[in-house]
Amino acid sequence: MPVYNEKVMDHFMSPRNVGEIDNADGVGEVGNPVCGDMMTFYIKVDDNHISDVKYKTFGCGAAIAVSSMVSEMAKGKTLEETKKITPALVAKELEGLPKNKYHCSNLGAQALNKAIDNYLKKQGKEGKGKKRGKK
Amino acid sequence: MREVYLDYVATTPVLPEVLEAMLPYFRDAYGNVQSLHNWGDKAREAVEGARGKVADLIGGEAEEIIFTASGTESNNFAIKGLAMAQQSKGKHIVVSAIEHFSVLHSSRTLEKWGFELTEVPVDKYGLVDPDKVARSLRKDTVLVSIMHANNEVGTIELIKEIANVVKQSGAIFHTDAVATAGTIPIDVRELGVDALSLAGNQFYGPKGVGALWLKKGVRIMPFLDGGVQEGGRRAGTEDVPAIVGLGKAAELAKAEMGARAKRFSALRDRLIAGLPAGIEHVTVTGHPTRRLPGNASFCVEFIEGEAMLMLLNHQGIAVSSGSACTSRALKASHVLIAMGIPHEIAQGSLLFSFGLDSTVGDVDYVLEAMPPIVDKLRQMSPLYSKFLKDKKGGKK
Ligand code: FES
Repeated sequence: MPVYNEKVMDHFMSPRNVGEIDNADGVGEVGNPVCGDMMTFYIKVDDNHISDVKYKTFGCGAAIAVSSMVSEMAKGKTLEETKKITPALVAKELEGLPKNKYHCSNLGAQALNKAIDNYLKKQGKEGKGKKRGKK
Repeated sequence: MREVYLDYVATTPVLPEVLEAMLPYFRDAYGNVQSLHNWGDKAREAVEGARGKVADLIGGEAEEIIFTASGTESNNFAIKGLAMAQQSKGKHIVVSAIEHFSVLHSSRTLEKWGFELTEVPVDKYGLVDPDKVARSLRKDTVLVSIMHANNEVGTIELIKEIANVVKQSGAIFHTDAVATAGTIPIDVRELGVDALSLAGNQFYGPKGVGALWLKKGVRIMPFLDGGVQEGGRRAGTEDVPAIVGLGKAAELAKAEMGARAKRFSALRDRLIAGLPAGIEHVTVTGHPTRRLPGNASFCVEFIEGEAMLMLLNHQGIAVSSGSACTSRALKASHVLIAMGIPHEIAQGSLLFSFGLDSTVGDVDYVLEAMPPIVDKLRQMSPLYSKFLKDKKGGKK
């Protein structure tokens, strides 16, 4: 019996949105305290929506599938909607993860959240005058 | 799709001759070894024949072999049984930091039972320094256990030298030879050990059977109490087919050992030379020369082992990894960590092990399959992009 279901395998074998964004509006990096792995999310924000999202992941098959799924879930959503992406929701969208891999699903949501926080913080610093549509 | 099994360290298959030898003892000669009739006689004859063959494999006497249900059981038996039997002399035991969990965890159980434990460190090749063992010995040391070779990185320890040191102290010396018995020559008298563990599924015998060789006269606490089986030290009805299989596998291993080792080491050397040549930032783990013939272990930097393992499996290649993510406990291999390999590099551990069905074509298939897999995962790795940026920026 394979450890991962088909959905997880699909995202692992062909992860969506892999990469980095050069002038990202927000970057979030988290390390996995359990096994020492790492995930970095990059976001572009336009008009309060996640217009682009990319990531890099150093970790197991589940961690890679989770980051891919999180990127898909976030794309096009408002910041408020994106903030509601929880590890449990990610695991549900992946139709389940092995028990000992649930901690990997925390990584994705955390990294994305951190990227949003990073964006909001920058906004605060730069004032509200972020130029729209800068690319 | 091509199917390439390179995980013989996990288990070997059962050889057809071994299976043939076992089959009659399920349905025809199914008697209980302890029975005093013809059925019992046949089973007894088979078990005693196997005992002789297993003893021959390691240069011991037949009556010094105790059959067990696995290498893990042999190790539990040796560590707990020997320490408990000597406890009136002292309560200190010594093991290496890279022992198999069946030794390490048994030692920690002894700690809970009031023993003191010293774990001897290893060098970057996974080698135990006999001098360090000597320095760890105390007046109250009753048992030392150092593995003959490490299954994960293939390093063959200096058992003879360590045995010399231990002998002077009067402690009992056990070696876990699960990775070596049936694979490289062993002569227990020459090695100078007092007890030695081995397991059938490491040399083409069945799973669920192993043995503990115990030098005549060495006292041990029984592992299973009950009847008189195995001299009253390991009670329970003998698993005759499995024991017969172990005997047959031992006989074949002894006869073919040289030829097997020659083949395996050629494959090992081809992979050890080829993989780091074809992919940057790949290091060989374990000792360069004191190495099991069929073991080729690596760390691939910037990526994680489970992900590699899955992509390799997708290409039909079966291997192992010591990465934290592949272990149920989510801890990186204690062996790699004890060798001083940093956690993030240990995460990229891969272990290829060769066996009787392995071919040069298998190695070349791996050499072909690996670069795109590593590349794919590195393109995805934040550690790799950091490394590239630092390199560009002139930092080291
Ligand atoms: S990242 Fe280590 S188990 Fe998932």
